[in-house]
Amino acid sequence: MSKVVKNLTDLRDWVDARFPLMQLWNEHVGQYYAPKNFNFWYYFGVLSLVVLVIQIVTGIWLVMNYKPDAEFAFASVEYIMRDVDWGWLIRYMHSTGASFFFIVIYLHMFRGIMYGSYRKPRELIWVLGMCLYLALMAEAFFGYLLPWGQMSYWGAQVIISLFGAIPLVGETLSLWIRGDYVVSDITLNRFFAFHVIALPFAIAGLVLLHILALHHVGSNNPDGIDIKANKDPAGKPLDGIPFHPYYTIKDAPAIVGLLILMSVVIFFAPEMGGYFLEHNNFVPADPLKTPEHIAPVWYFTPFYSILRANTINFFMVPAKLWGVIFMGLGTMAFFLLPWLDRGKVRSIRYRGWIYKTALSIFVVSFLILGYLGLLPPTPGRTAVAQVCTILYFLFFLLMPFYTKWDKTKPVPERVT
Amino acid sequence: MTVDSTDIERRQFLTGTAAVLGGLGAGVAAIPFVSTFQPSERAKAIGAPVEANIDQIEPGQRVTYKWRGKPVWIIRRTEEQLAALEQMRDILADPDSVSSVQPEFAENNWRSLNQEYLVLVGICTHLGCSPSFRPLVGDVVMGADSVGGFYCPCHGSKFDLSGRVYAGVPAPTNMDVPPYKFLNESRILIGELAEGEGA
Repeated sequence: MSKVVKNLTDLRDWVDARFPLMQLWNEHVGQYYAPKNFNFWYYFGVLSLVVLVIQIVTGIWLVMNYKPDAEFAFASVEYIMRDVDWGWLIRYMHSTGASFFFIVIYLHMFRGIMYGSYRKPRELIWVLGMCLYLALMAEAFFGYLLPWGQMSYWGAQVIISLFGAIPLVGETLSLWIRGDYVVSDITLNRFFAFHVIALPFAIAGLVLLHILALHHVGSNNPDGIDIKANKDPAGKPLDGIPFHPYYTIKDAPAIVGLLILMSVVIFFAPEMGGYFLEHNNFVPADPLKTPEHIAPVWYFTPFYSILRANTINFFMVPAKLWGVIFMGLGTMAFFLLPWLDRGKVRSIRYRGWIYKTALSIFVVSFLILGYLGLLPPTPGRTAVAQVCTILYFLFFLLMPFYTKWDKTKPVPERVT
Repeated sequence: MTVDSTDIERRQFLTGTAAVLGGLGAGVAAIPFVSTFQPSERAKAIGAPVEANIDQIEPGQRVTYKWRGKPVWIIRRTEEQLAALEQMRDILADPDSVSSVQPEFAENNWRSLNQEYLVLVGICTHLGCSPSFRPLVGDVVMGADSVGGFYCPCHGSKFDLSGRVYAGVPAPTNMDVPPYKFLNESRILIGELAEGEGA
């Protein structure tokens, strides 16, 4: 036994003399000091990494049987579902993984907002994270075309047409994206290339940068205070604990919990009542007929509602263009959070009632917009969506004021 | 100046010019990559005109043809439907098709060559969905006072039976009328205008 250990240690030393193995391990895991007061909300970073790995692995296996050709795409997905051994499982893991990716990312983002994780000096972590969110939305959008069902087809048609609303260059731009006058085999082929090569590379690179930036400045915590301000004589933060073994052990049950939840969906409700896999997508794409009711998958619906809420032409700009502008601003506004927030404290724990009210209104409007985006529009629902759209943007627009006026509580010296 | 000293200005100039030239090179190299995204020659060639029979269409019926990958509808309108087009003006955003796409012959209430037969690109001008055909009077989604039209299920845009857009809906313009011509009384050619017709 001791001989085996010695051989392994020798091998490690051999590698370490030629590659900074232990240095990397210590900097990012073994001696990375994270605040000791992480709570439930701090699981979602590592969980999104787990889902990313699931998506990459199942994705590679799906490509082995999928055909990116308008003639064969729909049938090849059904072939995977019916004829390939365990193909249904790989496919359901991938489709369920997509929705779970957004669930953990939305919770991860909400954590960042709640505890002010985007505040100085973590602005770049936040910006990189937002780039990841955009890349993930693009990845999901490109991937959704691949099964070549009715929803795939008409969803892509609508989103690409959004670019057509841009004055002067819009039509040329959407033609350039499609590579054809309508969404066609050509579009399917290029979306396949983006989905399986370009965006996975971009996402992996961004994840690396996101984590490097985090480990350079150190993690925030639910108290929103700097643990580096109090160090022991050896220079270790008094309120920090090494990521390994403390957080690797703490994260392990959360990962198991996530896998259990995903399994429940995969085995008992893979379509999730039409929310994870939409019913209309079990009908092959028909360029001549739009389904009676089309809606994007749930994770896009808040922005879809904002798009639809714009029915009024004003300032000489048509409603169609306003819809596109507001939908774009709705996603981009998050980028500005580090500079919009003028509060004296980071964490919601020490903020006053004004901020708490503003954040609650924002979350509720976001959820209502998401719910309305799933339903067909009626005049009443459109009116509600318009109110929620205004509230959504007021959260960002008024942030410099209410965060400044808000009465904050004193922040503790050490984590609680 | 000694032999060992560094001429910072010269170095910066060289770095700057090398960066500019290198950037230009990279920009030029990007042209073929960007260009492959344009519609290919094959994709352009598929846009040929399509022939359609109209003598089998019953009054009030719609038939769909595929032209350039898009649905093109031919609708034979009834006397009542044609008469109702006159009454629509107040609720339409562009009743005279001023800012809409159609051949010259369609810049009128009925937006067609032969009043009875409407030829329309069946694509909503908002974000490209294909609206549903709602010809009945008082249709539920079109509104109780409606005399029939088209309803887009994606974002709720409404059009009358000439494809003219209602005011206060997301779609900005009337639905497109494609170029077409009559080959004889019972056949039309979609995608080509008769000689002397303006677009």
